Amino acid sequence: MINIDSLVKAFTLGDETIVAVNHVSLHVERGDFIAIVGPSGSGKSTLMNIIGLLDKADEGIYTFDGIDVTSLEDNQQAAIRNEKIGFVFQSFFLLQKLNAIENVMVPLLYRGVSEKEARERAAEILKKLGLEDRMNHLPKELSGGQQQRVAIARALVGNPELILADEPTGALDQTTGKEILKLLQELNRGGQTIIIITHDNFIAHQAKRIVRIEDGRLREEEAE
Amino acid sequence: MNLSLTIKLSLKNIVGNRLRSGLTILGLVIGIASVILLVGIVNGATKSMNDQLSFLNTDVITVYTYDESFSFQYEDMNAIKRLDYITDATPYATVDASVGRGGVKASNASVYAAGEGCIDVMGYELQSGRRFSRIDINNGTKAAIVGSKIAEKLWKNSDPCGSEIKLNGDNYMVVGVLKSKGSSFGNDADNTVIIPFTSARYLGESTKITEIYVKAESDEVVDEATKSIQSYLSREKSLSSDSCEVSSGKQEQEAMAELNRMMALVLGGIASISLLVGGIGVMNVMLVSVTERTREIGIRKALGARRKDIMYQFLIESMVLSMLGGLIGIITGCLLGRIAAIIPDVYFSPSIGMILLSVGVSVTVGLVFGILPAYRAACLRPVEALRYE
Repeated sequence: MINIDSLVKAFTLGDETIVAVNHVSLHVERGDFIAIVGPSGSGKSTLMNIIGLLDKADEGIYTFDGIDVTSLEDNQQAAIRNEKIGFVFQSFFLLQKLNAIENVMVPLLYRGVSEKEARERAAEILKKLGLEDRMNHLPKELSGGQQQRVAIARALVGNPELILADEPTGALDQTTGKEILKLLQELNRGGQTIIIITHDNFIAHQAKRIVRIEDGRLREEEAE
Repeated sequence: MNLSLTIKLSLKNIVGNRLRSGLTILGLVIGIASVILLVGIVNGATKSMNDQLSFLNTDVITVYTYDESFSFQYEDMNAIKRLDYITDATPYATVDASVGRGGVKASNASVYAAGEGCIDVMGYELQSGRRFSRIDINNGTKAAIVGSKIAEKLWKNSDPCGSEIKLNGDNYMVVGVLKSKGSSFGNDADNTVIIPFTSARYLGESTKITEIYVKAESDEVVDEATKSIQSYLSREKSLSSDSCEVSSGKQEQEAMAELNRMMALVLGGIASISLLVGGIGVMNVMLVSVTERTREIGIRKALGARRKDIMYQFLIESMVLSMLGGLIGIITGCLLGRIAAIIPDVYFSPSIGMILLSVGVSVTVGLVFGILPAYRAACLRPVEALRYE
């Protein structure tokens, strides 16, 4: 599904050039559950941003479903983000002025789905995640775990091919973090492809595949 | 996303950000309301001044002496009449007298004493009756010519000519009625009573001539006529320009036009300062909220919003806010103006052009500073927008 070959991304910080992603290659199959692990500053977030089309690589090949996405225009990249990728961020990134169900509706609305249908689909997925009595709450009225579940619902609502989760449990306490992790595992068992970025080895070992990134270089590990 | 949904979501954002929306609207309201209020009041003042001064026709020259010990003689007036470019002249004095008939008072009537040429010099016309004759002036006849409103008030529908009017309780025979000239703030020809100049003595006024109204042959020769009067007075009467004033209605109107130009400049200044203050208010709010909004834009882009989607959202939000602010600003400005006009001698005359200009400028500022930061953020890569501090 995803084919990455020799991806390079460098930043300039003052006089120094930092190669955050250094000739990284990665192959992701449908149904994969990959953990990208590494200490902070290792380049794992940069890699995830490139995979999620939130950032552009300097060099290398990146194809998604056989499409060379590096050469796409802004609007076409937006369409891929909208239809094929669901994001789960460490700090949730919910829209603060919209309530839970409206937050979940947003990706569908940008896709051109009617408001009525979007609302029905959002309600359905929120119900599945056990948030049916929280649908009309604003993010600030929800606990961290609930907010992250809303964010996961938002990521799932458009039936994306890939869920990209960046430290999804980083802002949560251990118990809630484990629940979220369990939820992701269940989704993967249902066939959902997931890439999770984490610095936490315990979390990484819940995934099927672990790739370790250090100083911009990627190394595959055997999962237990 | 379709338009009605975008509007709906924009409204949600506006309501959700009550403080920011309120402050934006406040900036607009302050700018627009103060322009409307101040411009309306200065406009009203200018108008009322114009009305007070424009009762004199442009071809009328006023000759006035400040010198207490000096007064004009009838010979002087006749000599002035014979000067070049001049057709007629009349002495003129205001008389303090009550006006009434059969117990009914005309309280806002003003009484003037003048010579036989006064009707033509002042540019009045008679509706009925006759002018004062030389005999009226020479003998000090107790005669009166009344304005149309006075006639209407004291006589209703009948012709006043031949009946009597009471000035300070004394009977004066009405010999003529003036045609209506329409009312204005200051001098109101329709509420005027004119008596022969020499009759003013019965009402306790001096018969010394201190003010003469002179009619020039035409508008074009007013300046020449003014000059010839000035040179006559300094030559024959040794009156310097310090002790007497010779000015034409044309000059007054030119002075007035100059004053109006000044007022327009003052107005422009006031308007631009108010708009600047309001505009800066709007700008501040928009720019301060840019961090929060940039992250929102980043989130939306991550969820698949195209640049167009972001721009529509912000355009509509800014438009709704600007229009709301504009509307409230207009209402507030007009309301405050009406309230200010309760104070005596304060007139409120809002100008449509100024309202449109102030709303136009404020709304433009609101739109530009609402959209520009949004446009910049929409052009960022999503990761930059999400990370924006």
